[in-house]
Amino acid sequence: MIQGTLRASRSHRQFLAPTLRSIASTLQQGLFAEELSGRAGLLQSVDPRVKIIALVELLLSISFAHSAWIIVAVYATGLVLAARSAVSPWMLLRRVWLAMPFFTIPLALPALVLTPGPAMAILPLGLIVTRTGAAAALFLLLRVSTSLTLALVLVYTTAWNDILRALNSLGLPRTFALMLAMTHRYIDLLLRATGDMLLSRESRLVGRLSTTDGQRLVGAAAGALLDKSIRLSGEVYLAMLSRGYTGAALGLEHLDLTGRDRLVLVVATAFSTAALLFGRYLSRGL
Amino acid sequence: MNPDPVFSVHDLRFTYPDGQQALEGVALELLPRECAVIVGANGCGKSTLLKILDGLYFPSAGTVRAFGEPLTQSALMDSKTNLAFRRRVGLVFQDPDVQLFLSSVTDELAFAPLQLGFDQPEVRRRVDAALVELRIEKIRERAPHRLSGGEKRRVALASVLTLDPEVWLLDEPSAGLDPRSHSWLIEFIRDQHKLGKTIITATHDLSLAEEIATTIHVFSEDHRIVAAGPPDVILGDHDLLHRCNLYHYHSRASQHQPEK
Repeated sequence: MIQGTLRASRSHRQFLAPTLRSIASTLQQGLFAEELSGRAGLLQSVDPRVKIIALVELLLSISFAHSAWIIVAVYATGLVLAARSAVSPWMLLRRVWLAMPFFTIPLALPALVLTPGPAMAILPLGLIVTRTGAAAALFLLLRVSTSLTLALVLVYTTAWNDILRALNSLGLPRTFALMLAMTHRYIDLLLRATGDMLLSRESRLVGRLSTTDGQRLVGAAAGALLDKSIRLSGEVYLAMLSRGYTGAALGLEHLDLTGRDRLVLVVATAFSTAALLFGRYLSRGL
Repeated sequence: MNPDPVFSVHDLRFTYPDGQQALEGVALELLPRECAVIVGANGCGKSTLLKILDGLYFPSAGTVRAFGEPLTQSALMDSKTNLAFRRRVGLVFQDPDVQLFLSSVTDELAFAPLQLGFDQPEVRRRVDAALVELRIEKIRERAPHRLSGGEKRRVALASVLTLDPEVWLLDEPSAGLDPRSHSWLIEFIRDQHKLGKTIITATHDLSLAEEIATTIHVFSEDHRIVAAGPPDVILGDHDLLHRCNLYHYHSRASQHQPEK
C-alpha cells in the first residue's frame, strides 16, 4: 500500500507542485485570453481576417528589414495598439522577454562568436565577439520579440474560434480548422481532468511518497488519462456522426467586411509596405 | 388501433468488444408522439440502447426497425438513408463535453443543419431561433467548454433543436442540473412533446420520469426490459422499483417507505 511506503522525500513535492501550478496557470491563461478578447478595444472591433492579414504583412516587413530602428518602430506600434486594445504593454513585455532567455538567446549567442567579421570584444578562452555577429544576434532578438509580441496582440484581442474562422476563410482547409478547434477544446478538458486527478490524489495523501511510488502513481495517472482520452475521442466521433457528420467539414460563412475593416486593412498594408521599403533600403545597423 | 411504431426492437442483444454484456434480449415498441421514459440503474444498458436507436451502435443479435425500416449498418451506409434518418432523429448525449466539440456556441448549433444539407440562410435562421428558444443569445460566441453545467446542457439541447427532429433521444438529461435548470428542462421537454415530437428519455431520475412520461419502460440490472406501462402503475410498484435498484430518496415511491 502507498501509505506503508511513505518516506520523506523532496522529489514528490518537487514534481507535483510545479505540475499543478503549471496546469492551473495554463487554465488561467486560457480564461484570461478569452476575457481580454471580449473587452471593448481598438483591435477587438476589427474583423479577425483583417488582423491576420495585417499580422502576416508586418511579420514579412520585419523579416526583410535591414534596419533595427524599423523593427523597433514596428515593435512600438504593436505595444501602442495593445494599449489601445485594453491589453497591458507591460504584461506583453514581461511575457515575451521572460521567454527569450529559454528559446531565443541560446540560439543568438553562438552567432556572436561564429559569424566572421571585425572583432568587437575578446572573451575568455580566446572567443572573439565580432561586430557582424553582434548585429546578427541583435536582429534575431529584435525580430523574434517583435513577432511574438504582434502574435500575442492578435491572440489576446481575438477569440480563438474567430481566429479559426478567419484562417478558414483565408484558405486554411476546413478539415484542418476543425481539427485545430477540437484539439484546443479537448486539451482544455484533459488539462482540467489532469488537474482534478492530481488534486484528488493530493487530498488523500498523508506524508510524502518515495520517488519510486511517486513515479508509479504518475505513470498510473498518465495511463488513466490516456484511457479517458481514447474513450472520449470515440464518444465525440459518435456525437459527430449522430448530427450527420460524414467526413465533410462545413461551417458558417463569414459576413462581408465593413468599410471600417477595409480602411484598417489599407492602413495596415500601407504601414507594412513602408516598413518593408524603409527597412530594406536603410543601411544595416542601429 | 395503435399507430406504426417509431422504433420497434426485438430480442436485442449487445456485447461490447471487451466482452461486457450491455443488453440481453430487449424488446420494446416506441410509438409516435409518445413521451417514453426508459428507467434503470447505472450500467443497465440505457445509454447503449439509445445509441442503437440512433444508429451509432449495431446489435450483436436481434432486430431494430426505425420508421418501419430495418436500422442496420448497411442501411445507414447509403447516404440518402443516412441523411433522412439523421434529419428525423436527434440524440442528446449524457455528457455535454462529448456533445459540444466545437469552439463556439454558434458553430455548435450550426453543425448539424450544415451537415444535413440546409443552406446558409436557413442554418442562420435555425441557429438564431434556437438561441432565442433556449435563452442563450448572450453566450452565442462563447466557447462551450467554458460554460457552466446548466449552460452546457442548454447548448447541447439547442445543438439538436436546430435539426428540429421528429424524435428526440435524451440520455440522462437532468444529470448535474440545479433545481431551476431541472424545472426548465421539464418545461422544454413538455413543449417539444406538445409540438408533436416523440421523446425517448433514458434516466434513473424517477422524479423526471414522473413529470414527463406517458409510458415508462423499466430496465433491470441484468440488462433486460422487465416492465412497461403508464407512470402511475410503474411508479406505484415499489417492489419492482426496488428490485431494479431504482429507489431514490427524491422519488415519490420512496418517500413513505424506507429503503430495504
